[in-house]
Amino acid sequence: MKFAASPVLALTLPTWRSRFLLFVFIAGFALLLGRAAYLQAMNSDFLQAKGESRYSRVIEIPANRGRILDRNGEALAISTPVKSIWAIPGEARPSRPELERLAALLETSPGEIEKRLADIGRDFVFLKRQVPPEVAERVAALRIPGLFQNREYRRYYPSGEVTAHVLGFTGADDIGQEGIELAFQDGLAGKPGSRRAIKDRLGQTVEDVESIQAAQDGRDLALALDVRIQNLAFSQLRAAVEKHRAKAGGVVVLDVDTGELLALANFPTYNPNNRNRLTGAQLRNRALTDTFEPGSTLKPFTVALALDARRVRPDTVIQTAPGSLSIGAATIRDAHVERALTVAQVIQKSSNIGAARIALTLSPQSMWGMFQSLGFGAAPGLGFPGEAAGKLRPYRSWRPIEQATMSYGHGISVSLVQLARAYSVFARDGELVPLSLLRVDAPPAGQRVMAPATARAVRAMLELAVNRNGTAPRAQIMGYRVAGKTGTAHKQENGAYAAERYVSSFVGLAPASHPRLVIAVMIDEPSDGRYYGGTVAAPVFALVMAGALRVLDVPPDAPMQPIELPPEGEEVKESV
Amino acid sequence: MTRLNLLLLLVLTACALGLVTSQHRARKLFGELEQEQERSRQLGVEYGQLQLEASTWAVHARVERIAGRQLHMRVPDAKRLHIVRPEGAAK
Repeated sequence: MKFAASPVLALTLPTWRSRFLLFVFIAGFALLLGRAAYLQAMNSDFLQAKGESRYSRVIEIPANRGRILDRNGEALAISTPVKSIWAIPGEARPSRPELERLAALLETSPGEIEKRLADIGRDFVFLKRQVPPEVAERVAALRIPGLFQNREYRRYYPSGEVTAHVLGFTGADDIGQEGIELAFQDGLAGKPGSRRAIKDRLGQTVEDVESIQAAQDGRDLALALDVRIQNLAFSQLRAAVEKHRAKAGGVVVLDVDTGELLALANFPTYNPNNRNRLTGAQLRNRALTDTFEPGSTLKPFTVALALDARRVRPDTVIQTAPGSLSIGAATIRDAHVERALTVAQVIQKSSNIGAARIALTLSPQSMWGMFQSLGFGAAPGLGFPGEAAGKLRPYRSWRPIEQATMSYGHGISVSLVQLARAYSVFARDGELVPLSLLRVDAPPAGQRVMAPATARAVRAMLELAVNRNGTAPRAQIMGYRVAGKTGTAHKQENGAYAAERYVSSFVGLAPASHPRLVIAVMIDEPSDGRYYGGTVAAPVFALVMAGALRVLDVPPDAPMQPIELPPEGEEVKESV
Repeated sequence: MTRLNLLLLLVLTACALGLVTSQHRARKLFGELEQEQERSRQLGVEYGQLQLEASTWAVHARVERIAGRQLHMRVPDAKRLHIVRPEGAAK
């Protein structure tokens, strides 16, 4: 059979079949086209986002918390990265030996970890926070599935308990909770940044797409504190509190020229690096947040006001016999009876009657005005959390006896920092200096409270209080002229004065010829039988002042002669 | 005309290949940059830790203890002190 005559060739299919096929194809294409258009045009945003999420990642860039430095750049607080170890309870199934090794590394018991992992309903549980990096690495080496690590920061305080009250501390999230850490949280805290990047299957960054926000490290903070002086103040304070079996104590060292707080020590204290078993008593920064009745340390201000108003002169004689003075129903007494004292001797011997008689020549309003302009009754404005304002009642409600007692520091309460600041008036020839916890580059302008001549006259009287015949011979320092005033006050309890509980204090300045530092010392409830400010607080002042002047290279203004002290217990007793 | 087209095709291919290599190089360089940045962060952390260590060693209580006990240093007493004033200073 010839090929051309093959019957297969002659076979003709019905036309509808090819038409049908064509239609099916066209319909198929139309379907695809429609789907493509739907995805591209209508659903494109959603799909684009889905696609991007497969490779694009937002990466957190951590930011460091700023360091806290002392005035000479020595580090007082540094944050360093540590790890937190967390688990997904449903996925973490460590074997028994793994569990034991993990517990040993994390310093807990296997039972404790098992208990945390037992809560299957949760998908996140911390096993331990703030783990040092070396330990975290060994935990990672155990390769327990379902166990993860996060980076976080831990704050370390190299000087520990010495600076604890000033610096405060941060919590587990490196956010300030106390002290400077809380007060300057905004500046110290860094702002973590973030950026978008393309990552490959293995999690390696292939390309940086954009920076969403640059990470901003926290700023370093330079404090006014001088670690050397702080350390000195703290160790002398601790020794004194322990020696006199006192409840607590505080020391404030103030730079007269700049108003900087060079040291601020409190006892009892705590270790900020290990804050287990903290009590409120340890935590309080007494020098700033607690107030007390200052006692005789306020007498110089009463005298200054009377001098300023020209009511008295330093050599005016005040009648103090017979050792008691009745005002209304109350009686004021002196510890040692003198017939008459000059105004300067009232300060030197710390006579209550003398101070009261001088106060009664003044108007309540002018006394209140003086106290207020010295910063009493108002918080010192350091920005420190919880700084106390103290109590200064409006003069309209004063009774005469109250005006008299206020002249020697009763019926008014101040914090140790307020008291130190007030004494800057005598050191700066009548100007009150604004305080600063931070390093100050340019000396600030003072605020005039009294005439320069008045301040110098009172300073001369304060020098008398520190010599052999004053109440504070133990405040003397070899090679420097010292001016200062003791204070011994009964503590108030439930609205009445407690007979056997005292607050001993001393505030002084040196070198008296050109004052550089004011130091205030307060010892709360000394209970070894001695309680006079001149015996308890003045020696602390002398040791801290001598050390601080040496540290600051202040030239001596007195001959280098060993100081002479009256025998123990025979000093001039001040009136309490 | 065909020649020109061929030439353009060649140029196009070359450009495309160039793009591929430069993209690759960019990614490699970026990887290196990443590593260096990580290293700088690490060094920063180490610096902080060293500073911490330095401050811990330099704690004043420790310095005082060593000066007093091991080196037998103490503050001289008054008889052995002599103050030298700079030439021309007042008193």
